[in-house]
Amino acid sequence: MPWFEDIKIGSRLDLGSHTFTAEEIVAFATKYDPQYFHTDAEAAKDGPFGTLTASGWHTSATWMKLMIAARQGRDEPLDADGRKPPAGGPSPGFLDMKWPAPVRAGDTISYSSEVIEKLDMRTRPGWGIVRSRNTGVNQNGETVLNFIGQGLIQRRHPRGE
Amino acid sequence: MSEPKYFWEDFPVGETVEFGRKNVTKEEILEFASEFDPQPFHLDEEAAKQSILGGLCASGWHSCAMAMRMMCDGYILESASLGAPGVDEVRWKKPVYVDDVIRLRRTCTERRASKSRPEMGLTKFRTEVLNQKDEVVMTMEGWAMYGRRHPGEEAES
Repeated sequence: MPWFEDIKIGSRLDLGSHTFTAEEIVAFATKYDPQYFHTDAEAAKDGPFGTLTASGWHTSATWMKLMIAARQGRDEPLDADGRKPPAGGPSPGFLDMKWPAPVRAGDTISYSSEVIEKLDMRTRPGWGIVRSRNTGVNQNGETVLNFIGQGLIQRRHPRGE
Repeated sequence: MSEPKYFWEDFPVGETVEFGRKNVTKEEILEFASEFDPQPFHLDEEAAKQSILGGLCASGWHSCAMAMRMMCDGYILESASLGAPGVDEVRWKKPVYVDDVIRLRRTCTERRASKSRPEMGLTKFRTEVLNQKDEVVMTMEGWAMYGRRHPGEEAES
Protein backbone atom coordinates (compact mmCIF):
# COMPACT_ATOMS: atom_id res chain seq x y z
CA MET A 1 0.00 0.00 0.00
CA PRO A 2 1.03 3.60 -0.34
CA TRP A 3 1.29 5.54 2.93
CA PHE A 4 -1.92 7.32 4.02
CA GLU A 5 -0.36 10.70 3.15
CA ASP A 6 0.31 9.59 -0.45
CA ILE A 7 -3.22 8.40 -1.24
CA LYS A 8 -5.04 10.87 -3.45
CA ILE A 9 -8.78 11.47 -3.42
CA GLY A 10 -10.09 10.69 -6.91
CA SER A 11 -7.45 8.07 -7.69
CA ARG A 12 -9.07 5.07 -9.33
CA LEU A 13 -7.91 1.49 -9.56
CA ASP A 14 -9.26 -1.00 -12.08
CA LEU A 15 -9.21 -4.33 -10.34
CA GLY A 16 -9.71 -6.58 -13.34
CA SER A 17 -12.58 -8.99 -13.83
CA HIS A 18 -13.91 -12.34 -12.71
CA THR A 19 -16.19 -14.78 -14.54
CA PHE A 20 -18.64 -16.53 -12.21
CA THR A 21 -19.13 -20.19 -13.09
CA ALA A 22 -22.22 -22.13 -12.05
CA GLU A 23 -19.96 -24.47 -10.05
CA GLU A 24 -18.46 -21.73 -7.91
CA ILE A 25 -21.81 -19.96 -7.44
CA VAL A 26 -23.25 -23.21 -6.06
CA ALA A 27 -20.13 -24.02 -4.00
CA PHE A 28 -20.13 -20.61 -2.27
CA ALA A 29 -23.88 -20.60 -1.68
CA THR A 30 -23.94 -24.16 -0.36
CA LYS A 31 -21.58 -23.07 2.41
CA TYR A 32 -22.84 -19.59 3.17
CA ASP A 33 -26.17 -18.70 1.52
CA PRO A 34 -28.12 -21.87 0.68
CA GLN A 35 -31.23 -20.24 -0.78
CA TYR A 36 -32.43 -22.38 -3.70
CA PHE A 37 -31.91 -19.68 -6.34
CA HIS A 38 -28.19 -19.71 -5.44
CA THR A 39 -27.74 -23.50 -5.12
CA ASP A 40 -30.07 -25.25 -7.56
CA ALA A 41 -30.04 -24.29 -11.25
CA GLU A 42 -33.24 -26.24 -11.96
CA ALA A 43 -35.28 -24.83 -9.06
CA ALA A 44 -33.88 -21.33 -9.73
CA LYS A 45 -35.85 -21.23 -13.00
CA ASP A 46 -38.97 -20.69 -10.87
CA GLY A 47 -37.19 -18.25 -8.55
CA PRO A 48 -37.10 -14.46 -8.40
CA PHE A 49 -34.57 -14.11 -11.25
CA GLY A 50 -35.59 -17.07 -13.40
CA THR A 51 -32.07 -18.46 -13.32
CA LEU A 52 -29.20 -19.39 -11.00
CA THR A 53 -27.65 -16.27 -9.44
CA ALA A 54 -24.67 -15.68 -7.17
CA SER A 55 -25.13 -14.77 -3.51
CA GLY A 56 -24.58 -11.04 -3.07
CA TRP A 57 -21.91 -11.94 -0.53
CA HIS A 58 -20.10 -13.94 -3.22
CA THR A 59 -20.19 -10.91 -5.54
CA SER A 60 -18.85 -8.73 -2.71
CA ALA A 61 -16.15 -11.14 -1.49
CA THR A 62 -14.85 -11.38 -5.06
CA TRP A 63 -14.29 -7.60 -4.99
CA MET A 64 -11.98 -8.19 -2.00
CA LYS A 65 -10.18 -11.00 -3.83
CA LEU A 66 -9.42 -8.78 -6.81
CA MET A 67 -8.53 -5.81 -4.58
CA ILE A 68 -5.85 -7.85 -2.81
CA ALA A 69 -4.53 -9.17 -6.13
CA ALA A 70 -4.36 -5.63 -7.53
CA ARG A 71 -2.46 -4.39 -4.46
CA GLN A 72 -0.02 -7.28 -4.64
CA GLY A 73 0.67 -6.49 -8.28
CA ARG A 74 1.81 -2.95 -7.49
CA ASP A 75 5.30 -2.24 -6.20
CA GLU A 76 5.20 0.85 -4.04
CA PRO A 77 8.51 2.72 -3.95
CA LEU A 78 10.69 2.73 -0.83
CA ASP A 79 10.98 6.02 1.05
CA ALA A 80 14.21 8.01 0.63
CA ASP A 81 15.41 6.60 3.97
CA GLY A 82 14.78 3.04 2.73
CA ARG A 83 11.55 2.60 4.74
CA LYS A 84 9.20 0.06 3.20
CA PRO A 85 5.62 1.15 2.42
CA PRO A 86 2.95 -0.31 4.73
CA ALA A 87 0.89 -3.45 4.29
CA GLY A 88 -2.89 -3.01 4.00
CA GLY A 89 -4.69 -2.63 7.30
CA PRO A 90 -8.02 -3.95 8.54
CA SER A 91 -11.39 -2.39 7.78
CA PRO A 92 -13.92 -0.97 10.24
CA GLY A 93 -16.75 -1.98 7.91
CA PHE A 94 -18.58 -0.73 4.85
CA LEU A 95 -21.53 1.49 3.96
CA ASP A 96 -24.37 1.61 1.46
CA MET A 97 -23.87 -1.74 -0.28
CA LYS A 98 -26.23 -2.34 -3.17
CA TRP A 99 -26.73 -5.33 -5.44
CA PRO A 100 -28.80 -3.60 -8.14
CA ALA A 101 -28.74 -6.49 -10.64
CA PRO A 102 -28.11 -10.21 -10.18
CA VAL A 103 -24.90 -12.03 -11.16
CA ARG A 104 -25.80 -15.00 -13.36
CA ALA A 105 -23.67 -18.04 -14.19
CA GLY A 106 -21.24 -17.08 -16.95
CA ASP A 107 -21.34 -13.34 -16.19
CA THR A 108 -18.02 -11.51 -16.20
CA ILE A 109 -17.84 -8.77 -13.60
CA SER A 110 -15.29 -5.96 -13.84
CA TYR A 111 -14.46 -4.36 -10.50
CA SER A 112 -13.04 -0.95 -9.65
CA SER A 113 -12.24 1.20 -6.64
CA GLU A 114 -11.99 4.99 -6.40
CA VAL A 115 -10.77 6.91 -3.34
CA ILE A 116 -13.48 9.37 -2.22
CA GLU A 117 -12.54 10.47 1.30
CA LYS A 118 -9.70 10.39 3.86
CA LEU A 119 -10.43 10.58 7.58
CA ASP A 120 -8.21 11.08 10.62
CA MET A 121 -8.62 8.62 13.47
CA ARG A 122 -9.18 10.08 16.93
CA THR A 123 -7.93 6.99 18.72
CA ARG A 124 -5.03 5.95 16.49
CA PRO A 125 -2.63 8.75 15.50
CA GLY A 126 -0.54 6.36 13.42
CA TRP A 127 -3.41 5.44 11.11
CA GLY A 128 -6.03 7.04 8.88
CA ILE A 129 -9.20 5.76 7.25
CA VAL A 130 -9.51 5.78 3.47
CA ARG A 131 -13.00 5.53 2.02
CA SER A 132 -13.52 4.26 -1.51
CA ARG A 133 -16.45 3.92 -3.90
CA ASN A 134 -16.32 0.36 -5.22
CA THR A 135 -18.26 -1.07 -8.11
CA GLY A 136 -18.79 -4.26 -10.07
CA VAL A 137 -20.18 -4.03 -13.62
CA ASN A 138 -21.21 -6.94 -15.84
CA GLN A 139 -20.43 -7.54 -19.52
CA ASN A 140 -23.57 -5.59 -20.52
CA GLY A 141 -22.57 -2.52 -18.54
CA GLU A 142 -25.07 -3.14 -15.72
CA THR A 143 -23.90 -2.38 -12.20
CA VAL A 144 -24.19 -5.46 -9.97
CA LEU A 145 -22.31 -4.13 -6.93
CA ASN A 146 -21.85 -0.68 -5.47
CA PHE A 147 -20.60 0.19 -1.98
CA ILE A 148 -18.41 2.48 0.08
CA GLY A 149 -15.47 0.56 1.49
CA GLN A 150 -13.17 1.66 4.29
CA GLY A 151 -9.65 0.69 5.17
CA LEU A 152 -7.18 1.61 7.90
CA ILE A 153 -3.93 2.75 6.34
CA GLN A 154 -0.73 3.59 8.21
CA ARG A 155 0.61 7.14 8.19
CA ARG A 156 4.24 7.78 7.35
CA HIS A 157 4.28 10.34 10.14
CA PRO A 158 1.81 9.81 13.02
CA ARG A 159 -0.43 12.79 13.65
CA GLY A 160 0.82 15.21 16.31
CA GLU A 161 4.47 14.22 15.92
CA MET B 1 -41.56 -25.16 -2.10
CA SER B 2 -43.57 -25.84 1.04
CA GLU B 3 -45.66 -23.11 2.65
CA PRO B 4 -43.29 -20.64 4.36
CA LYS B 5 -43.37 -20.42 8.15
CA TYR B 6 -42.51 -16.71 8.28
CA PHE B 7 -44.13 -13.93 6.28
CA TRP B 8 -43.61 -10.16 6.47
CA GLU B 9 -46.31 -9.99 9.16
CA ASP B 10 -44.23 -12.26 11.42
CA PHE B 11 -41.45 -9.73 12.07
CA PRO B 12 -42.94 -7.05 14.34
CA VAL B 13 -41.03 -3.82 14.92
CA GLY B 14 -39.17 -3.93 18.24
CA GLU B 15 -38.91 -7.71 18.43
CA THR B 16 -35.44 -9.03 19.31
CA VAL B 17 -34.46 -12.69 18.95
CA GLU B 18 -31.18 -14.55 19.43
CA PHE B 19 -30.26 -17.61 17.44
CA GLY B 20 -27.48 -19.55 15.77
CA ARG B 21 -24.24 -21.00 17.05
CA LYS B 22 -21.12 -21.25 14.95
CA ASN B 23 -17.73 -22.48 16.07
CA VAL B 24 -15.21 -20.62 13.90
CA THR B 25 -12.41 -23.04 13.06
CA LYS B 26 -8.89 -22.22 11.92
CA GLU B 27 -9.39 -24.40 8.82
CA GLU B 28 -12.44 -22.40 7.73
CA ILE B 29 -10.71 -19.07 8.36
CA LEU B 30 -7.74 -20.17 6.23
CA GLU B 31 -9.95 -21.63 3.50
CA PHE B 32 -12.06 -18.49 3.09
CA ALA B 33 -9.10 -16.12 3.35
CA SER B 34 -7.01 -18.11 0.85
CA GLU B 35 -9.71 -17.68 -1.75
CA PHE B 36 -11.09 -14.20 -1.04
CA ASP B 37 -8.93 -12.20 1.37
CA PRO B 38 -5.31 -13.42 1.47
CA GLN B 39 -3.91 -10.90 3.93
CA PRO B 40 -1.32 -11.99 6.54
CA PHE B 41 -3.63 -11.44 9.56
CA HIS B 42 -6.12 -13.92 8.04
CA LEU B 43 -3.54 -16.50 6.90
CA ASP B 44 -0.47 -16.57 9.12
CA GLU B 45 -0.56 -16.96 12.92
CA GLU B 46 2.78 -15.26 13.59
CA ALA B 47 2.12 -12.34 11.26
CA ALA B 48 -1.36 -11.98 12.78
CA LYS B 49 0.06 -11.75 16.32
CA GLN B 50 2.33 -8.91 15.22
CA SER B 51 -0.50 -7.09 13.44
CA ILE B 52 -2.97 -4.50 14.74
CA LEU B 53 -5.55 -7.33 15.08
CA GLY B 54 -3.45 -9.30 17.59
CA GLY B 55 -4.10 -12.83 16.34
CA LEU B 56 -5.34 -14.97 13.48
CA CYS B 57 -8.88 -13.87 12.69
CA ALA B 58 -11.57 -14.28 10.07
CA SER B 59 -11.89 -11.97 7.09
CA GLY B 60 -14.74 -9.52 7.68
CA TRP B 61 -16.31 -10.87 4.48
CA HIS B 62 -16.14 -14.33 6.01
CA SER B 63 -17.95 -12.99 9.10
CA CYS B 64 -20.65 -11.61 6.80
CA ALA B 65 -20.91 -14.97 5.05
CA MET B 66 -21.10 -16.87 8.36
CA ALA B 67 -23.79 -14.45 9.58
CA MET B 68 -25.70 -15.00 6.34
CA ARG B 69 -25.58 -18.76 6.88
CA MET B 70 -26.90 -18.41 10.43
CA MET B 71 -29.66 -16.12 9.13
CA CYS B 72 -30.54 -18.69 6.45
CA ASP B 73 -30.66 -21.54 8.98
CA GLY B 74 -32.40 -19.38 11.59
CA TYR B 75 -35.31 -18.05 9.51
CA ILE B 76 -34.67 -17.11 5.88
CA LEU B 77 -34.96 -20.66 4.47
CA GLU B 78 -38.32 -21.05 6.25
CA SER B 79 -39.56 -17.64 5.20
CA ALA B 80 -41.26 -16.03 2.22
CA SER B 81 -37.96 -14.20 1.56
CA LEU B 82 -37.80 -12.21 -1.66
CA GLY B 83 -34.16 -11.26 -1.26
CA ALA B 84 -32.44 -8.05 -0.25
CA PRO B 85 -31.44 -5.02 -2.33
CA GLY B 86 -28.21 -4.62 -0.37
CA VAL B 87 -26.95 -3.77 3.10
CA ASP B 88 -27.00 -0.24 4.53
CA GLU B 89 -24.07 -0.68 6.87
CA VAL B 90 -21.76 -3.33 8.29
CA ARG B 91 -19.38 -2.57 11.15
CA TRP B 92 -16.54 -4.94 11.93
CA LYS B 93 -16.14 -3.91 15.57
CA LYS B 94 -13.83 -6.63 16.90
CA PRO B 95 -11.86 -9.46 15.29
CA VAL B 96 -13.44 -12.93 15.08
CA TYR B 97 -10.63 -15.18 16.27
CA VAL B 98 -9.94 -18.90 15.81
CA ASP B 99 -12.26 -21.00 18.01
CA ASP B 100 -14.64 -18.13 18.75
CA VAL B 101 -18.26 -19.24 19.01
CA ILE B 102 -20.54 -16.71 17.40
CA ARG B 103 -24.32 -16.23 17.39
CA LEU B 104 -26.81 -13.63 16.16
CA ARG B 105 -29.15 -11.13 17.80
CA ARG B 106 -31.69 -9.73 15.37
CA THR B 107 -33.94 -6.73 16.01
CA CYS B 108 -36.62 -5.54 13.63
CA THR B 109 -36.28 -1.74 13.61
CA GLU B 110 -38.67 -0.62 10.86
CA ARG B 111 -41.06 -1.98 8.32
CA ARG B 112 -43.37 -0.82 5.60
CA ALA B 113 -45.69 -2.30 3.03
CA SER B 114 -44.66 -1.98 -0.59
CA LYS B 115 -46.84 0.54 -2.43
CA SER B 116 -46.15 -0.90 -5.87
CA ARG B 117 -46.32 -4.58 -4.89
CA PRO B 118 -49.19 -5.39 -2.50
CA GLU B 119 -47.92 -8.97 -2.09
CA MET B 120 -44.64 -7.70 -0.63
CA GLY B 121 -43.44 -5.93 2.47
CA LEU B 122 -40.09 -4.50 3.49
CA THR B 123 -38.43 -5.09 6.83
CA LYS B 124 -35.35 -3.43 8.31
CA PHE B 125 -33.26 -5.56 10.62
CA ARG B 126 -30.34 -4.67 12.83
CA THR B 127 -28.37 -7.88 13.28
CA GLU B 128 -25.55 -8.14 15.80
CA VAL B 129 -22.95 -10.92 15.81
CA LEU B 130 -21.89 -11.81 19.35
CA ASN B 131 -19.01 -13.99 20.49
CA GLN B 132 -18.77 -16.38 23.47
CA LYS B 133 -17.84 -13.43 25.74
CA ASP B 134 -21.06 -11.67 24.69
CA GLU B 135 -19.03 -9.03 22.87
CA VAL B 136 -20.64 -7.54 19.76
CA VAL B 137 -18.06 -8.31 17.06
CA MET B 138 -20.09 -7.16 14.06
CA THR B 139 -23.29 -5.27 13.32
CA MET B 140 -25.28 -5.29 10.11
CA GLU B 141 -28.25 -3.10 9.18
CA GLY B 142 -30.39 -3.31 6.11
CA TRP B 143 -33.74 -3.88 4.45
CA ALA B 144 -35.04 -7.20 3.18
CA MET B 145 -38.17 -8.06 1.24
CA TYR B 146 -40.74 -10.66 2.29
CA GLY B 147 -43.95 -11.99 0.90
CA ARG B 148 -47.10 -11.03 2.83
CA ARG B 149 -49.50 -13.52 4.37
CA HIS B 150 -52.30 -11.04 3.73
CA PRO B 151 -51.40 -9.00 0.65
CA GLY B 152 -52.48 -5.39 0.65
CA GLU B 153 -54.10 -5.23 4.11
CA GLU B 154 -53.11 -2.45 6.48
CA ALA B 155 -50.37 -3.52 8.85
CA GLU B 156 -50.80 -2.99 12.59
CA SER B 157 -47.40 -1.30 12.90
